[in-house]
Amino acid sequence: MKGKYSKLLFIILVFIFLYLPIGVLIAYSFNSGSTNLIFEDFSFKWYLNIIKNTDLVNAFLNTLLVAVTSTVISTVIGTISAYGLYKFDFPFKKLINSLIYIPIVIPEIVLGISLLSVYTLMKLELSIYSIIVSHIAFSIPYVIVSVKTTLTSQTITYEEAAKDLGASNYSIFKKIIMPIITPGIVSGATLVFTLSLDDVVISYFTAGPGSNTLPLYIYSIMKSGITPDVNALTSILLLVTFVILITLTIVQSRKIRKEAL
Amino acid sequence: MKDNVIVKLENVSKKFDDKYVIKNFSLDIYEGEFITLLGSSGCGKTTVLRMISGLENVTSGKVYIDSKDVTNVDATKREVNTIFQNFALFPKMTVKENVAFGLRMKKVEEKEIEKKVSFAIDLVKLKGYENRYPHDLSGGQQQRVAIARGIVMNPKVLLLDESLCSLDLKLRKSMQIELKKLQKKLGITFIYVTHAQDEALSMSDRIAIINKGDIVQLDTPENIYNHPKNVFVADFIGEANIIPAKVIKKIDGGINVKMLENFLIDIKTEEEFEKGEDIKVVVRPEDIAVSKNELVGSIKGVIIDSTYSGNSTNLIIDIPGDFDIKVSTTDESKFRENENVYIKFDSNKIVPLRK
Repeated sequence: MKGKYSKLLFIILVFIFLYLPIGVLIAYSFNSGSTNLIFEDFSFKWYLNIIKNTDLVNAFLNTLLVAVTSTVISTVIGTISAYGLYKFDFPFKKLINSLIYIPIVIPEIVLGISLLSVYTLMKLELSIYSIIVSHIAFSIPYVIVSVKTTLTSQTITYEEAAKDLGASNYSIFKKIIMPIITPGIVSGATLVFTLSLDDVVISYFTAGPGSNTLPLYIYSIMKSGITPDVNALTSILLLVTFVILITLTIVQSRKIRKEAL
Repeated sequence: MKDNVIVKLENVSKKFDDKYVIKNFSLDIYEGEFITLLGSSGCGKTTVLRMISGLENVTSGKVYIDSKDVTNVDATKREVNTIFQNFALFPKMTVKENVAFGLRMKKVEEKEIEKKVSFAIDLVKLKGYENRYPHDLSGGQQQRVAIARGIVMNPKVLLLDESLCSLDLKLRKSMQIELKKLQKKLGITFIYVTHAQDEALSMSDRIAIINKGDIVQLDTPENIYNHPKNVFVADFIGEANIIPAKVIKKIDGGINVKMLENFLIDIKTEEEFEKGEDIKVVVRPEDIAVSKNELVGSIKGVIIDSTYSGNSTNLIIDIPGDFDIKVSTTDESKFRENENVYIKFDSNKIVPLRK
């Protein structure tokens, strides 16, 4: 009995540690006072206030634009790359396979500086597009890795079996490969979407004037103090992320259940 | 019917990274037969199969299917189908979708597909499992789906790549019988690749024993077992005593040899051997009689190991001169270790071999 309670206590402590900050943020988004120190009254005032803060709204829209565009493009490129790496033999394939991991493991700050120097060298003007390109650059390896794990030696046998049964290359890709790699594509895309959504470091180096993203905006107002409308907006963002995650989970588990029948 | 060559391999070679796996391999396979390519792993048997299916290109030589040169024909267009080692059932498709896949690719009419698929599923006794997914099926059921997926295409030849290896012993035995029955019923040529000699012996019309990319013997199971052409085959198929011997003299219809130090015996053979030649003789354990009493022409030995295996007792008998002879007996009398016994060879069942 004693063990059971201590286990429970441990779980509760871990969850408090993980979720208390988020809870505080959500709680203070409903605070009518203008500081994050004293909870005065329950109100939706900061949610309504968001609309008036054009800087905040712009930053939010920029973030969405960057996240969506970079996710779509990096997912397409990453998926094709992963399939190519699995399917074809070419010189230095092993080397390329290990080079993919480098952008994932090197510190973000290094990647940020490198990208900035490349843009400066190429005399590219920094703007929201330079952020998008940067995000695509750091996202591709994640997608490749995620898709690659679904393509195993067993997949080769599936392809051969399909070929043996007379399937064209197009049919093989559509009917055999796609269903196999879809989970990898989805998890890769979800991952890079969230990475892009909250990226500060790389965006900081590659953002141009007027291309503030939400994380950058929040970071910049740190000195003057975070206003409660930021709390409100991040709560909305949190809600959106939760909805996406839950939907994905439901869809996946439904699919699994359907397959099990 | 029997003499109609359905698959012809003509001097086929296959090179992987500058190394020949198969070199100048020729084989005629007849329509409707069950032929097994038997060999240990890495002997090239699967490569031969893949060159027939078209999944592997030949480096040189020609492949004919039904008298047509298909050497440069893509796997998708060859009228053969393969049952893969691990079945390779498409995981995201149901049993029915798996079986229908090939016909869909051939753009067969949906009504026709329905008919053929249900016939094939019926044939492999999987009625009621149509909407299951492969991961919900047992190994044996997966095997049946794979077979149905192949035969629904009505191929000229069905290629089976170690198809029973992943099943457990009991299931393997019953699938062996079923496969053979199915093959008889459909009349399709089966080319079966395996390293399991018991499978080869029990199912095949003919066996091609392959070693290092070459056929070392191509014959019926009975002939391969009773008249191995060389030591490799004798050793590979079943249990065998391979004993060095010397030809003492030629006799009418055979030879007289000396083996096991000073034991002389007449052996029947149609092959020519020279006087004084060093040869090897092959004797199956079950072809040696064992007794506790001395018989005419028997050799005395000591039992050093005795293993009971249900229908027979396997003995290892030490003969003076440090020879261990394997003997299998169905005699009910108890043979104990360290006991003195007498063994006797049957001169009709000794095969002399040169290599």
